[in-house]
Amino acid sequence: MFKVTFPRMGQSYLAFQMLMNDLGHEVVLPPRPSKQTLDLGVRYAPEFACLPLKILLGTYLEALGAGADTVVTTGGIGPCRAGLYAGLHERILADLGYRMRMIVLEPPRWRPLEFIRQLRLLNQAHLSLRAYWEVIKKGWGKLRALDNLEKLSHQVRPREIRQGDTNRAYARAVSMMSEAYTPAAILEAEAAAAALLRAVPQDPVRPTVKVGIVGEIYVLLEPAANLEIEETLGHLGVEVERSMFLTGWTRDNTWTETTHGLTVREAAIPYLPELIGGHGRDSLGHTVLYAKRGFDGVIQLAPFSCIPEIVARTILPRVSSDWNIPVLTFFLDEQTAKAGMTTRLEAFVDLLQRKKELWRETTPAPPKGRYFT
Amino acid sequence: MAKIRVGIPGALMYYLYFPLWQVFFNELGAEVVTSGRTTRVLLDHGVREALADACVPVKVFFGHVMALKDKVDYLFIPRVVCLNRRTVYCPKFLGLPDMIRHSLPGLPPIIDERMDVRAGRAALFRAYRRIGSSLGVGPLLVVRALARARRADARYHSLLLDGWRPPEAMTAVPAMPKEGRKPDLTFGVLGYPYAVYDDFLNAGLLEKLKRLKVRALTAENLAPGRLAAQTYDYSKRLFWTFSDQVLRATHLLFEEGKVDGIIHVSVFGCGPDSITDKMMELKAKLHRAVPFMTLIIDEHTGEAGLTTRLEAFADMVRRRKETVPCSR
Repeated sequence: MFKVTFPRMGQSYLAFQMLMNDLGHEVVLPPRPSKQTLDLGVRYAPEFACLPLKILLGTYLEALGAGADTVVTTGGIGPCRAGLYAGLHERILADLGYRMRMIVLEPPRWRPLEFIRQLRLLNQAHLSLRAYWEVIKKGWGKLRALDNLEKLSHQVRPREIRQGDTNRAYARAVSMMSEAYTPAAILEAEAAAAALLRAVPQDPVRPTVKVGIVGEIYVLLEPAANLEIEETLGHLGVEVERSMFLTGWTRDNTWTETTHGLTVREAAIPYLPELIGGHGRDSLGHTVLYAKRGFDGVIQLAPFSCIPEIVARTILPRVSSDWNIPVLTFFLDEQTAKAGMTTRLEAFVDLLQRKKELWRETTPAPPKGRYFT
Repeated sequence: MAKIRVGIPGALMYYLYFPLWQVFFNELGAEVVTSGRTTRVLLDHGVREALADACVPVKVFFGHVMALKDKVDYLFIPRVVCLNRRTVYCPKFLGLPDMIRHSLPGLPPIIDERMDVRAGRAALFRAYRRIGSSLGVGPLLVVRALARARRADARYHSLLLDGWRPPEAMTAVPAMPKEGRKPDLTFGVLGYPYAVYDDFLNAGLLEKLKRLKVRALTAENLAPGRLAAQTYDYSKRLFWTFSDQVLRATHLLFEEGKVDGIIHVSVFGCGPDSITDKMMELKAKLHRAVPFMTLIIDEHTGEAGLTTRLEAFADMVRRRKETVPCSR
């Protein structure tokens, strides 16, 4: 039995915790990234490493301090440097004197045998192949349920009548999910949690703007890394749609590309025909798709010094003017403060609202669907 | 009819492949115009046009493109993806033509042929043939041009291997620059070619070392075969060609132990370097006999600060050598 820890991304830890328990491990739950986590990471990580590496290093240090002896994480085969992070983390931690086991799940296409070996190593409960598949399916179901609930909270929050209701309901929804351990219970909990969120008193006629969020996966998924941008936007009356969820991403990268992935790629090709790693091309493609779907604006989130997102950001002004969609970019690092971000967001949302009102006054046709072909 | 003018910006890949491309385009009957060495004006233009978060070599590249764009009929900015079947180039290289095209106004047509040796048989030759046909030149002429270009390239790289620096090695009749005072120290100066050889960007690093009586050994001075045979102890190969080269050179120099010190020339905000530099640092910890220093350059790098650090480093190495004569 290993004492396992893993990177924390949003609420996904509930599903991973369940999966690791099913595989016969004790889970040392990574704490929610805090100022202290980041400080730890910044102290030992290379200066120009991107925010995810620093936060994860801090997370590992905290979890190892709490008694973990195994880190389970994902790899990658480039050209984004995140694929090298597992090895780098291992070395930095070894240099600091930590001894632990690192289980890195690489894309199965790269080294299938290695992938299977790692999966077998993870199987400490000696489950049969069939049971293994079942627990993965169950974990996947939980992950999807959590993603669905998060999506729902993004829709409810801008219309809530009393500020904070959605947050409270969402916290209860998550705790309901955390107690569901069988496939049936997960479905049941999801339905109950969704009902709870929908029951938040809403103002159906409040004018909202719709904003799409694109960018690098870790800062999109972990609220502690993006300073709860979705919540801030929700309270400003913005309906947020995030371009990436863990379930969506895993599907795109494990199997053949889904139709959704394909259209994103196609949308980005006029601007960036080359796959540059990370999510640079996705950021461009999603921006085009959001514009087509009549969104009011797009926000790009990227860690400071993230190469693919810098390339995307250099090209985004052209996309923005071609498709007439405002884009705001945040490069996040350990110096980013919430107050500054909120000010910029307020200004951005003000602009979007004014633009929308102006449009409503001057255009008789409904604004949505204008770009549909 | 006037010759077609093809512009090759004097940054990034320039330091390794300019002779190849110059001869190639000359043989195709085009005139090659380059933007020359980096200057303060070029850098300032680049800094103004490029994204603030981009690394300084990319900003310099923007500056070179701005300097060239009104003087040429075509800009040659190939999308160099992979030249050795194993490693690719930094994502910024992969998206370079797109970054230029979508952020600078009033550009001439860009020749942005994709160069990836993994893309089928003779992929590189087909890329050059497409370049030829975009200039209206038939395949036979391209074959000849490419053969001559490759010869020029081989000669250039053998000169680099002998310790020449790019500006001298690029001239038609190379003349070895005057030897300074006899060097008594040898430093490995490792970093990406566009950081090590751009003497404006690094504030004349190689020249300064020479004045300090230090012989500089760069990754290009090491035989490619030896570099390829060198391994480094890491679960995966670094994804990017230049980083991979630098890390191999680091391991080679540390393990041989023949140099007196190693300087890593890194660039502010460089993504690949965040990993490369840490790996070098960890390796340096295992070889205490060879001092190691990282120099980070950016658009504000000043002469004085750099000189001080180099002098201090060289002094430290000299003193150490005097006090522990038999450390190895």
